[in-house]
Amino acid sequence: MNVTQTGFHEALLDPSRPVPKGLSNGQGDPAGRRFSVYRNNVVLSLTSALETAFPAIAKLVGPENFSKVARLFLARHPPSSPLIMYYGEEFPDFLEGFEPLRRYGHLPDLARLEQARRESYHAADSTPVDIQEIQSLTPDQISESRYELAPTVRIIHSSWPIYDIWSYNIENGPEPGTRSQNVIVTRPFFDPISTPVSNATAKFAEAIQNGMKMGDAHDLATELDSDFNLSEAFGLLLRGHAIISINTGV
Amino acid sequence: MSKAMKSIAIAGAVTAALAAHTSTAVAAEKEKCFGISLAGQNDCAAGEGTTCAGTSTVDYQGNAWTLVDAGTCEGMEIEGDRMGSLTALDRDLPS
Amino acid sequence: MLDTLYTPISLPMSPGVGYKPQHFSDIMENPGPVEWLEIHAENYMGAGGRPLAQLRHLSEKFAISVHGVGLSIGGEEPLNEEHLSRLRHLCDWLKPASFSEHLAWSTHDSHFLNDLLPLPYTKKTLNRIIEHINRLQEAIGRRMLLENPSSYLAFEESEYGETEFLDEIAKRTGCGLLLDVNNVFVSATNLKVSAREYINSFPLTRVGEIHLGGHDKDVDDYGEPLLIDSHNQKVADSVWTLLDHTLGLSGPRPILIEWDSSIPEWTELANEARRAESALSPVRA
Repeated sequence: MNVTQTGFHEALLDPSRPVPKGLSNGQGDPAGRRFSVYRNNVVLSLTSALETAFPAIAKLVGPENFSKVARLFLARHPPSSPLIMYYGEEFPDFLEGFEPLRRYGHLPDLARLEQARRESYHAADSTPVDIQEIQSLTPDQISESRYELAPTVRIIHSSWPIYDIWSYNIENGPEPGTRSQNVIVTRPFFDPISTPVSNATAKFAEAIQNGMKMGDAHDLATELDSDFNLSEAFGLLLRGHAIISINTGV
Repeated sequence: MSKAMKSIAIAGAVTAALAAHTSTAVAAEKEKCFGISLAGQNDCAAGEGTTCAGTSTVDYQGNAWTLVDAGTCEGMEIEGDRMGSLTALDRDLPS
Repeated sequence: MLDTLYTPISLPMSPGVGYKPQHFSDIMENPGPVEWLEIHAENYMGAGGRPLAQLRHLSEKFAISVHGVGLSIGGEEPLNEEHLSRLRHLCDWLKPASFSEHLAWSTHDSHFLNDLLPLPYTKKTLNRIIEHINRLQEAIGRRMLLENPSSYLAFEESEYGETEFLDEIAKRTGCGLLLDVNNVFVSATNLKVSAREYINSFPLTRVGEIHLGGHDKDVDDYGEPLLIDSHNQKVADSVWTLLDHTLGLSGPRPILIEWDSSIPEWTELANEARRAESALSPVRA
């Protein structure tokens, strides 16, 4: 009896299927639970990859629950690439559509924050722009320029206090507040930094990231929130080594 | 506000950010190669105790997944009537 | 076929360890007997950040062996060309002393299953693997070492013994072999064959590297021992004995200690490397 990789694969991901015929213990007896070694390696190794990638989610739901959620996720979304460090991209959306956890509405955004931190961690290195280059610009040039952001920058919008929840669970931060938070992730060196920001600051950073001129991005943010503080928002990007080039061209 | 006035205001805010930035101890931060990895890794090992772990079939439909609110934020109100536990659940999901 | 004067040994004839990021500082400051490191290729295929920075530093001080765990050489589908170019890119900038992969499959129907899955040793499998190894060696512009798997079961359809199968692949592709002595011990126990006879029939002149790692003990449905290649503990004494037998036949080889989960303090891993050095020194003389 020949075992195809299609048959092996199907039985591997679905434990309710029988062990493929044609596999033995080497003595002519059926392989039985020897096949489970492979089944379990797949499930356990991918669960552990998800646990490393989403530590705050794992902590919030607890290890038992996490492994149950992970098993459902990995059966529906097995990795499509051999790069396990990126596995779990669909996990936040999966959580969002997962009925049993619907009451915990903050989980998908929290997972998005963890995903953003992981993407930032592996993003390409770049050199921040020289401060003197900005200092040499005229006021009009500052307003009319576009600022290229580093590939390490991620911006997460949320209507939950996701920074607080993340910080409470991962860095022993204070107990979460009740105000919604957006988060900007930067990576000045090798460790991603998460900073909670207002909606206006998040929108400003996003506009800059999308190539909007500083003056227009400032207008957009100020319209959203008259308290928008440009100096603070720009300072955050500078500290995060997030600005890598300036385009003064029209 | 005129366009020129606006440019000056924006440049002022940017210059303030630059001043604050250069006066902080950025130079003191060094390239730190050692640190914690944020991502799972590929390896070529098998799991531990693998013939008995994790293969039972599961069906998580319906009520089996009703979670129990727990933790220090139980019942907390967030922007309206959404409730939920923002800290760790202290009970496992029923299987 | 590539050149016939090829020697498969390109790593230092000394102990190496599987690199784990938590050991970075210790390795840089106090490597002990360790002269070379092995990395899993896929963990260094990100765009930047700490993993690549660490690797750049390590490669200035140590010879590096790149060990792929995700190419699915035994897969029924053609090799993933995107992954081949990632491997080529890594080998091009890192210029590792060695590149190796596994006699296994892990991708099917565009799912990567993150495990080294077993193959039937048939003519059909043989031809497919030869084709894939030729493609790989062409893509990365260098020879590879192919590693023997640990087996938990057997395919009834198999037509070749494993050592014969590996020998045939090596002869027809010019690739070298990576002999995992722990895998030999695990497979021999699980399939009830003699580990020594396996070593005796292995084409040892083609071996460019030896692997050692710890295994776990379990039982099958019949209560028979089933060893698991878990890399989560010290190398078993019986595996060290099998290593001595191997080195007695092969002469010295680069020896790698693999420890992938329940990862110990650096000193404990360095001690395992010391034990490999003690096994090497009598055959080196």
